[in-house]
Amino acid sequence: MYPEYMMESIKKVEQTRPHRLELAKKLGKQVFPRMGEQERADILADYHPDYKDDALRELRIGPNKNDKIINEVVDVMESYPRDYPETFDLNKVDIETDVLIIGAGSAGLSAAIEASETDAEILLITKLRLGDSNSMMAQGGIQAADQTDDDPVLHYLDVMGGGHFDNKPELVDALVMDAAPSIKWLEELGVMFDKNEDGSMMVKSGGGTCRNRMHSTRDYTGAGICRVLRDEVYNRPDKIKYIEYTAATELILDDKGQCAGAIIYHLESKQYSVVKAKTVIIATGGFGRLHVRGFETTNHYGATADGLVIGYRAGAKLMFMDSVQYHPTGAVFPEQIVGFLCTEKVRGLGAQPVNKDGELFVYPLEPRDIEASAFIRVCENNLGVTTPSGLKGIWLDSPLIEELSGEGTIEKNLPAMLRQYKRFDIDIRKYPMLVFPTLHYQNGGLEIDANAETTIPGLYVAGEASGGIHGRNRLMGNSQLDIIVFGRRAGRNAASKVKTGIQLGKLSLKHVTDYIKEVEELGIDKKQIAPIILPDYIPDHVKAKQLSSEFQGTLF
Amino acid sequence: MDVKHEMIKVYISGELFHVPEGSTIIMALEYAGFQLKKGIGCREGYCGACATVYREKGDYKLKGGLACQTVVTDGMAIAMIPFVPAEKPIYDLNDLTPDVGTFTQLFPSVFRCVSCNTCTKSCPQDIEVMDYVQALIRGDIAKAADLSFDCIRCGLCALRCPAEIVQYNAGILARRLYGKYLSKNSSELDARLKELDEGKFVKEIEELKKMPDDKLSKKYYSREIKIS
Ligand SMILES: Cc1cc2nc3c(=O)[nH]c(=O)nc-3n(C[C@H](O)[C@H](O)[C@H](O)COP(=O)(O)OP(=O)(O)OC[C@H]3O[C@@H](n4cnc5c(N)ncnc54)[C@H](O)[C@@H]3O)c2cc1C
Ligand code: SF4
Ligand code: SF4
Ligand code: FES
Repeated sequence: MYPEYMMESIKKVEQTRPHRLELAKKLGKQVFPRMGEQERADILADYHPDYKDDALRELRIGPNKNDKIINEVVDVMESYPRDYPETFDLNKVDIETDVLIIGAGSAGLSAAIEASETDAEILLITKLRLGDSNSMMAQGGIQAADQTDDDPVLHYLDVMGGGHFDNKPELVDALVMDAAPSIKWLEELGVMFDKNEDGSMMVKSGGGTCRNRMHSTRDYTGAGICRVLRDEVYNRPDKIKYIEYTAATELILDDKGQCAGAIIYHLESKQYSVVKAKTVIIATGGFGRLHVRGFETTNHYGATADGLVIGYRAGAKLMFMDSVQYHPTGAVFPEQIVGFLCTEKVRGLGAQPVNKDGELFVYPLEPRDIEASAFIRVCENNLGVTTPSGLKGIWLDSPLIEELSGEGTIEKNLPAMLRQYKRFDIDIRKYPMLVFPTLHYQNGGLEIDANAETTIPGLYVAGEASGGIHGRNRLMGNSQLDIIVFGRRAGRNAASKVKTGIQLGKLSLKHVTDYIKEVEELGIDKKQIAPIILPDYIPDHVKAKQLSSEFQGTLF
Repeated sequence: MDVKHEMIKVYISGELFHVPEGSTIIMALEYAGFQLKKGIGCREGYCGACATVYREKGDYKLKGGLACQTVVTDGMAIAMIPFVPAEKPIYDLNDLTPDVGTFTQLFPSVFRCVSCNTCTKSCPQDIEVMDYVQALIRGDIAKAADLSFDCIRCGLCALRCPAEIVQYNAGILARRLYGKYLSKNSSELDARLKELDEGKFVKEIEELKKMPDDKLSKKYYSREIKIS
């Protein structure tokens, strides 16, 4: 429950609620004016964490040398490998396959299913279990322009505008045009989309959308999709082999510069294997666990940017790694759920963000970077609420949802949220939620083309690990869409490329040897290694006694 | 976080550790020096990787829960269960029908349910597990799909079931059957697919792709907004 002094502030929220309810009844979502172009630019410049002077620094190595990117990403890029190329005998291949897929969120799983429609041999490896991923955690929804008053052209505009027009047009084209077919594909696999009696889709709006376009499976949208894809993979044992608790730690190229496999590391037995593959798909997801600028994160335990690191070392280019998506509404109270996501759907259903005095201060559904900046501004101006552990937040007035749409609306539409808070004794039907922006999504990633291929022949990237689709800011529901669209494209293309009869030359890790030389020249501390694989939350005083812990901030 | 916490005792796989009060089981393990590689995934109650059994001080009951969602109490004894070696039948959804026959064939164990309700009591998602198993026995796929919806596949129900039923695997089959066969088609979706097949929108999108940013931006800011 909320402590006394926070209840004081909640009383003020309750006092302004009737008035705000009237407003909402009259004006719908338009309870506060939307920001114009200039206002948006100003608030970003003044309050968004990416725009702080010290947020970025120059990368001194690799294909994006001299680009200014996020500090924490520079750190992992300017790192030594976990193990040195000399350690591996590439003449002894442990596993051979046609298509190697790294990572088993919905992007990797879709790729595997689609690739298995051909007769290619497929190996899927993942460092947790199949489906333990950001994909499983999405609550809000997946976009697709399939309504009569909507179309892919409007969707295209929304994606570009949300991304500040930096997006790669060919990727946005693929995204919006493949959207409806992707929904159909998922439904054929047995995903239970929320529907009305007559079979029409229940669709909601989301930040930055001009139509109601958000499809959902209650507030378990990510799970509603991901667990079906996983079940389908389980059902194709003859076609898709998989290995869990195993991380890719380096890509292997051949002497002609084609992607030719990966070094994989079995976490429990601490053994490495050499995998030779004709094509490779990186589907390793995002980087929330790098805790950029000390932010808490919504991301799963394995979101450590591994795919970026190994792809970059092999020569693939990064795109838009100067921007981070902070989700406006991360929990800041109670302490056990700090950083957890309060889905955008909460605002979609009518909950309003208000300050400690219960006052509205922003249109509830601005694009995420704008909305997050508005929350930060309120807190920096001391109009937020401070928690007992010193975190700041603003109220998301969830009880308003039931006043607007009737009792039971929360239980029906937000069961996961309701349960999450109930576990820690807060009933969000009666009390608002205290929120602050939380590190949510990696906007950029490894650059791909519309085939999901990189500039390295045979190397594909799909999902959050890829860059270009969303420019510098993704809209809600477009990531769940992109992992399906580009997961499938990657799977299909990687498998059909195998069919063209790829001839691999001699396997090589020379790119890693060369990379190490450059890292050495920078005088980087030998303890700085990547990929991180899993983060380390052991407290320092305990760590100090763990003498065998060789590496800082990573798995030992 | 700099709040001062009282330290409490917990027994992790039988070994005593002192950890801060208010920690979840995952936080307690990490505080104790474990770097988890198994039994952990999302850390937020969505993936079911962190099934754990525990017993609290003075209680004779063995309880189950999610390590990322359960707060430790003083004297708690904890054992994580990172993997449940449960049976999973292989099927091709395209060959199945959404009826009781499918379950007789693929999940004969379901029909052995003795209605003991142990599964429901052990579910950390508060799902009426027994009720969805019973719905399957009646051939009510829609009901089973609905009731099992929030399942995160933690495995705790199957671990305790005296009839050796793997409830969650039956649950996902019910949901997939519902999604594919029982839910009505969306006519709007089908109409859109047809339009896409006919190449509608291609020209307009191609134009937008070539449009300079300032023009595109104007178009964006002046688009009509119709949301509810
Ligand atoms: C809490 C939350 C809510 C969200 N809500 C929404 C939403 O409502 N709508 C929306 O569109 N988007 C949402 N998103 C974003 C979206 O879910 C993700 O961007 C998307 O699922 C990413 O999918 P992916 O398959 O690319 O990566 P992931 O699903 O993260 O999968 C990556 C997989 O790769 C594995 N892996 C990583 N490194 C390695 C390695 N070195 N070797 C082997 N395996 C590795 C990981 O363990 C994981 O299994 C949300 C994200 C979060 C975290
Ligand atoms: S139904 Fe079983 S597997 Fe699913 S969440 Fe409940 S206990 Fe876990
Ligand atoms: S535990 Fe097993 S036997 Fe008991 S009610 Fe649940 S499914 Fe039936
Ligand atoms: S770690 Fe995913 S449910 Fe606990």
